[in-house]
Amino acid sequence: MAQRTTEIIVGLFMIAGFAALLFLALHVSGLSLKPAGDTYTVYADFNDAGSLAPRGKVSMAGVSIGRIRDVSLNPKTFQARVAIEIDAAYSSIPADSSAVIRTSGLLGDQYIDISVGADMDSLSDGDDFYDTQSAMNLERLITNFASGR
Amino acid sequence: MMDAIAGLGRSGLTAIGSLGRSGAFLWRTLAGVPNLRVGTPLLMRQLYSIGVLSLVIVVVSGLFIGMVLALQGYTILSDYGSEQAIGQMVALTLVRELGPVVTALLFAGRAGSALTAEIGLMKATEQLSSMEMMGVDPLRRVVAPRFWAGFISMPLLAVIFSAVGIWGGMLVGVEWLGVFEGAFWSNMQSSVSFTEDVMNGVIKSVVFGFVCTWIAVFQGYDCVPTSAGISSATTKTVVYSSLAVLGLDFVLTAVMFGGF
Repeated sequence: MAQRTTEIIVGLFMIAGFAALLFLALHVSGLSLKPAGDTYTVYADFNDAGSLAPRGKVSMAGVSIGRIRDVSLNPKTFQARVAIEIDAAYSSIPADSSAVIRTSGLLGDQYIDISVGADMDSLSDGDDFYDTQSAMNLERLITNFASGR
Repeated sequence: MMDAIAGLGRSGLTAIGSLGRSGAFLWRTLAGVPNLRVGTPLLMRQLYSIGVLSLVIVVVSGLFIGMVLALQGYTILSDYGSEQAIGQMVALTLVRELGPVVTALLFAGRAGSALTAEIGLMKATEQLSSMEMMGVDPLRRVVAPRFWAGFISMPLLAVIFSAVGIWGGMLVGVEWLGVFEGAFWSNMQSSVSFTEDVMNGVIKSVVFGFVCTWIAVFQGYDCVPTSAGISSATTKTVVYSSLAVLGLDFVLTAVMFGGF
């Protein structure tokens, strides 16, 4: 086979390999080509963060508007402090909105849903959520019910 | 009794000797500055025969493995009403494990055995020694391009395998079994991480490519130059490569995902 044909075929093979890697990166792992700069971070303190984890979904009215960056313990209040990255496109979230932990389906992953408030001011970078609602813990619910409290 | 002990000692010495020879062989193959003008066409030819010609078997196996994963996963997951998790199951299984491992096993059978037989026959027909007579280093001329070609091809093949497998999984899961397509992809994207899952899979396949090609070229170069010797070297290539891949896979998985 001519040298040039071989080179072209090998080139196509290489391109196919990198295209597959690109597919895995963008479509399978959901890596975004957009720079990470166009988000802003807000914080929410929960009594119980349940099974929230970094990269988890943050939604509003069922539409994904950001992701969880970090879950850590606030050493002063002993509450879970969740750092939430929200797309800069959704910059006018009312300041009195509340963050609620919900479960997708009965056994699905937990995510944060933001219930819209009515304030004229909006949340900006570094703000805290005024009101939060912790994860519904089925076991605790049953324990409370069984012990009659 | 003493004979048995002596036999054990002898086989131990042989094993260590061939390990040492393979190390020295690898060093001599890779050492030195490659001549790009002579080396590139040789590398291209090997990339074609090792990488491109392995593409068909890799794509077909990837497609079927992805489809089977989706089908099997669906029957189990639908018992728990969580068929939507099928995307993440297929993707994680392929990207983390099956992509690199199955590709390496196929690669050992398809390309590794061919490499061993080719180099072994060159040795048996004294082509390698005539090269040496002409002042051409057979390690640089014959072995090095094959080694690099295998090393480069393997990660590319593994990535193609995973991508085709996920597509096959989508074909079965979404088109045939009727899982909602949005949930299929979004569950997958929220659980698969590029650095942790995809890149670790690529690292695995790089390691497997290195080991498989090394074993293949060394077995060919070190074989007994007879027809029986070539056949046993080819067998050894496939057996050793497969064992090395499976064993290394456990070690790599423990390091990458074992949490220590």
